Amino acid sequence: MYNSGKIIPGIIIFLAIVTFPFWSNAGKTNVKPEPKIDTPAIQQMPEGERKCIESKEFMKAGHMQMLNDWRDSVIRGGDRVFVSSTGKHYNMSLQNECLRCHSNKKDFCDKCHKYLAVKPYCWDCHIEPKENKS
Amino acid sequence: MSMDRRDFLKIAGITGLLGAGTAALSGRMPGALEAASTSPNSNALKAKQWAMVIDMRKFKTPDDYKKVIHACHSIHNIPDFGNPKDEIKWIWTDTFEHTFVGQEHEHISEAVKEKPFVLLCNHCEKPACVRVCPTKATFKRKDGIVMMDYHRCIGCRFCMAACPFGARSFNYRDPRPFIKDNNLKYPTRMKGVVEKCTFCVERLDEGLMPACVEACKDTKALVFGDLGDPASEVRKVLRENFTIRRKPELGTSPSVYYIVGGGENAG
Amino acid sequence: MLDKALDGSKRYWTWILFLLAVIGIGMANYLKQFEYGLGVTGMSRDISWGVYIAQFTYLVGVAASAVMLIIPKYLHDYKTFGKIVILGEFLAISAVTMCLLFIVADLGQPMRLMNVVLYPTPGSILFWDMIVLNGYLFINLLVGWTTLAAERKQVPPPAWIKPFIYLSIPWAVSIHTVTAFLYAGLPGRHLWLTAIMAPRFLSSAFASGPALLILLCLLVRKLSKFDPGKEAIQTLAKIVTYAMIINIFFLAMEFFTAFYSNIPGHMAPLQYLFFGFHGHGNLVPFMWASIIIGVTSVGLLINPATRQNEKILAFAAAGIFIATWIDKGIGLVIGGFIPNPFEKVTEYSATGTEISIALGIWAIGALVLTVLYKIAISVKEETGGEEVH
Repeated sequence: MYNSGKIIPGIIIFLAIVTFPFWSNAGKTNVKPEPKIDTPAIQQMPEGERKCIESKEFMKAGHMQMLNDWRDSVIRGGDRVFVSSTGKHYNMSLQNECLRCHSNKKDFCDKCHKYLAVKPYCWDCHIEPKENKS
Repeated sequence: MSMDRRDFLKIAGITGLLGAGTAALSGRMPGALEAASTSPNSNALKAKQWAMVIDMRKFKTPDDYKKVIHACHSIHNIPDFGNPKDEIKWIWTDTFEHTFVGQEHEHISEAVKEKPFVLLCNHCEKPACVRVCPTKATFKRKDGIVMMDYHRCIGCRFCMAACPFGARSFNYRDPRPFIKDNNLKYPTRMKGVVEKCTFCVERLDEGLMPACVEACKDTKALVFGDLGDPASEVRKVLRENFTIRRKPELGTSPSVYYIVGGGENAG
Repeated sequence: MLDKALDGSKRYWTWILFLLAVIGIGMANYLKQFEYGLGVTGMSRDISWGVYIAQFTYLVGVAASAVMLIIPKYLHDYKTFGKIVILGEFLAISAVTMCLLFIVADLGQPMRLMNVVLYPTPGSILFWDMIVLNGYLFINLLVGWTTLAAERKQVPPPAWIKPFIYLSIPWAVSIHTVTAFLYAGLPGRHLWLTAIMAPRFLSSAFASGPALLILLCLLVRKLSKFDPGKEAIQTLAKIVTYAMIINIFFLAMEFFTAFYSNIPGHMAPLQYLFFGFHGHGNLVPFMWASIIIGVTSVGLLINPATRQNEKILAFAAAGIFIATWIDKGIGLVIGGFIPNPFEKVTEYSATGTEISIALGIWAIGALVLTVLYKIAISVKEETGGEEVH
């Protein structure tokens, strides 16, 4: 092989950089995030009605898509009312509806987002509830 | 081997593109809600074309202007940068000369010459800003309001070049540190997007009049209503008064009308 | 063929390193802009487009000018241009690359760039500009690379490339026409609202692009063993002469319409640019410099004795490049915003950050051009610059 003196160290350095995320995190335990739902607004709800607007499973997997649909519906269509699959009506607003119950952004939204290393830019414009501001 | 490296790369490339394309097309989440739906608020105000008449005769003291501007700028989280370069404004004042460019003459009455005029987005019937926007981030709603979708705006500022009324502001920097009292019910904007007056769609959709109109409802200095409804209050005011619009010759057909007045101080 | 770009003299590598340094500084400043927002520039609520969009507009012209080599060569079989047509195509690639980068640098939300594709809006001229610019980049890459590869192997270019070559002619016209439409269709911006905006753009393009090409040809001859040929350079000079005369003529037309009609709105931006308006006149010295340099250069180009002297020709070509750059790369865009919709004047001056980012993009263009020219010239040195038909 020509230039093996350069190529082999080159390959080693390349591999070291490419695998950096794996070995730099190796051995560290990542606790599964448990978003908290113990806010005052939720506590006040009667036990039987303590439910989100759709099922927990759907919200977990689909809230981002839902918020996307909501913003198009509200801003572009002028529709501001969401009729859930159980027939209940909700004001489609991240800031005024979702966060009314989930007023604990740090312990709710941020927990999973941080774990999954996603950075939604919702909060660049939408103001997070006051109780979170230190 | 029957396939050389070149062909392999070609096929691999095409396969990759197809894969990416299919992924993009099948964008909807699995388990999307079939039963859920959306609708407007039952008490939402509706119109064919919202319009405003600004009755300048009713603006007398500096306070008359201040309360109108404050009503808007405080609820919409408008920042105050304290310099004209970064300035953001939805409703503001300027002289007759600058509001109605080319209309002033040297013998104009002092009352008109000195008077501040109220300015805001004209919500044109044929808006130039909407025509030029490359992403439909600014668009015309069914009720005639020229609306901004801040989620979609790429910040090219083509709309600012197109607007002949100087109604649009750009967020040259993060506005948040410059907003005095946040209205927690309304979002702020982020750096890099264009913003302007929206005729308070968020209020109309909930059955309320625009904030500026409500702020001066005792004097009726701002009259708001549906241009498409002959019985509406704006149509009545337009029928009974002589009104003018800014730069009508440009064909954008502004929906903001002015009763200039100025004769009442002449006596 | 890319390997040819890796085998250069010490001077070549010094130049590359210099460009990389300028690009690096520009990148660092762009990161600053990305963090803080476009507030780091001199742009404001009133002057909402500045250096970036002005450079973009100017460089679209430089890109379009490749057609001034394609038409004589492929439509009129003017063989003299055979040797340098690749230089024009590669210049177009470099210029369009800079155009696209300048647009991205100007966006407030560059991460959302793809919204233009995700929400296609045929009613917006910017949508069409995206299509024609990217298309033009693609066509020139395809044509330039294929013809050069054929020349290297000393075989005629493949027949399938011909339609692309012919397509590039109307396409070049379209990029500058569409770019002119960005401006010419806006109500209330009197400087831009003119039916001869596209013709003006094309005339200044066909002056500035070939002028730059003359300088590049002279440089190539000096630095390499490849000679583009005196006749080719002289023909380019004649193209520049005619185009620049038409360009100046068009400017005079604008003056006549504005000032003879005496309509204040039409006069105001020209007054601001050339004489000062309401006590503001930052650009007046620049605009007059542009006129004086432009007219002088045309004089030197018209006279055969001075045109045929290549030292003077280089001087005149540089003059044309500078004059058209001031006119289009500064005056046209800034002047369009003055006075503002309220007939008030806000002046604009670029900040250091903004200029550094612009220089960085110019350096990227120069780097692309250097690498492409290095490849083309290495091939020409091997083959002696002769094509096969």
